[in-house]
Amino acid sequence: MQREITVYDRNFCEWAKDKPEVVALSADLTGGCELRIFEKTYPDRFYSMGIAEQNMHSFAGGLASEGFIPFVHTFAVFIYRRSFDQISMSIAHPNAKVRLIGSVPGVTSPAGATHQAIDDIAIMRTVPNMTVIECGDVADVESFFPLTEEINGPVYARILRGEVPRLFDSPMKLDESRVLNQGKDIVIVSSGVCTEEAMRAVDALQKKGLSIQHMHVTCMKPFNDMKIMEVISDSKYGVVTLENHSVIGGLGSIVADKMAELGIGKKLYKIGIQDEYMHGGSKLYLMKRYKVDAISVIETIEGIVDEKLDITEAMLADFHFELQNAETRALGV
Amino acid sequence: MSISKKNLDPYQVANKIRKRVLNYVINNKGGNLSQSCSSAEIMAALYTRIMNITDLEEPLMPKKFAGAPSATNKDSFTGDDYNGIKGPEYDRFYLSPSQYSIVLYATLAEVGRMVPVGFDLYGKDGYVIEHIGESHSPGMDINGGSLGQAISQAAGVALGRKLKGETGRNVVFLGDGELQLGQTWEAVQAMVFYKLDNMIVIVDQNGQQCDGKVSDVMDTPPMEGRFEAFGARTYVVDGHNCDALAAIANQKPDGRPMVILARTNPCQGMEVLEEKAPTLHFIRLQDDEIPKYKECYAQL
Repeated sequence: MQREITVYDRNFCEWAKDKPEVVALSADLTGGCELRIFEKTYPDRFYSMGIAEQNMHSFAGGLASEGFIPFVHTFAVFIYRRSFDQISMSIAHPNAKVRLIGSVPGVTSPAGATHQAIDDIAIMRTVPNMTVIECGDVADVESFFPLTEEINGPVYARILRGEVPRLFDSPMKLDESRVLNQGKDIVIVSSGVCTEEAMRAVDALQKKGLSIQHMHVTCMKPFNDMKIMEVISDSKYGVVTLENHSVIGGLGSIVADKMAELGIGKKLYKIGIQDEYMHGGSKLYLMKRYKVDAISVIETIEGIVDEKLDITEAMLADFHFELQNAETRALGV
Repeated sequence: MSISKKNLDPYQVANKIRKRVLNYVINNKGGNLSQSCSSAEIMAALYTRIMNITDLEEPLMPKKFAGAPSATNKDSFTGDDYNGIKGPEYDRFYLSPSQYSIVLYATLAEVGRMVPVGFDLYGKDGYVIEHIGESHSPGMDINGGSLGQAISQAAGVALGRKLKGETGRNVVFLGDGELQLGQTWEAVQAMVFYKLDNMIVIVDQNGQQCDGKVSDVMDTPPMEGRFEAFGARTYVVDGHNCDALAAIANQKPDGRPMVILARTNPCQGMEVLEEKAPTLHFIRLQDDEIPKYKECYAQL
């Protein structure tokens, strides 16, 4: 599988090349959010705001009201926990075209509970006017930039850094999921870094004779994708959601809301962080410990079909250990 | 009929602001009265002597609420049309403590920017002339009410306008209770760092906040030293002296954001209010108090 580095930074620079109204703001995590290339390429459009997220958000709202399009950068967790009122009143209420770029969400942050966004999607999707996006691969990140041109209002996006896999060959679309596999028995709906895990699980499950429908969600809000609802409705056993987020308020809840609204009477199995704080550690360790990896999907599905499938780690496609870029590794965050 | 701000006497305007707010408070047995006492001269000086804003051809009437802004709501609006044309050379005004909204509305009515009967819609359901004003309310175009955010938003505007080569100034009105917020100081450091000398921050230092006296709630002296230490161009002035306020505010920019600490009296012009101290934020009048306040009104 192809993996790329500095995906966000390179694509941001390229896309912003002929857009002088696009400016970048950073709260002392310019390296950690992979924004160094932009900073060097467009020093006049890069604004260091210090460790002061509340001011950064309101400041961005002010810039947006003057016709600029601020991309606000910090770790996902600091965007909303430290400054939620500012998001609501300085950005979302005026429907400002501010792009809130959240780096290292959930298990992708090795730096413990203080640095791990596990409830950001739950919170941000309650904000009126806010569009919520989660990227899962290189193609998602690449297509995020042109996608924002369609969005007349604020956007919150979970962005990946370090080595990012290229899983898809087409751009993401607003309010439309990706169909990664078709099948009738069980639907798996996954997002973010969990999609790579789900793909490995699907591969192994199919080899055991199960028919799996796999959908990847990038657009958490708005969420009106009828294709997902159709395949859930048509499935034999129901739907498994898999997310790098609390099972309260994230993808699982988003799917549940829509199923309930449509009266789809199928079982929903939510795999995610089970209403607890995590701690520091590598992505792979955290995914195993908090059971958001491929094996956890398989174990859940074994329970659903009430059958031991005898799939082991070794039978899954090889893990590719994620390396981080030199700067993020040096920072250790 | 158009009123030119050049022909208005700020002290007379200030007196009328107090009268208008007091009249409301008498009729409704309560309101943000002390804010009008402390800030009437600041508001009057801003609208008659400091801000470079265009006169209106006709005073405006507060509209009905048209829904919050969104990608699909084409009817939503902001209240900045009360401050004239939004041109590159013109100043902008940002009210941070929306608890002062009644004072701003009264000011707009007294300087010919709002029809006087429009003020009577204050607090009436369905209209945008609310108790705690928002971006749609007369004279406003951002949300200041949750405190601490307007200065940051105005700083973003100020940077944006500088980048576009606009010369207009960006005036922020702050309450002194807001100096307790971390975001205020985050904003000041950014304003200094980015040399936003197109900003003027006027603090109404009336020494009052919701719970009572600032000095009892969370005292923060000496403020001028703090702003100076941050690198702001800091002045302390009698906030009831319109000429002094204007003389300071209308100086040429020098690379630093300007902060004017306006020392004011929350009972200025209304001695009767002193018996309500120290909780002056939102006063309530009992029936037997009304005559005293009516007498005060007659003397203004």
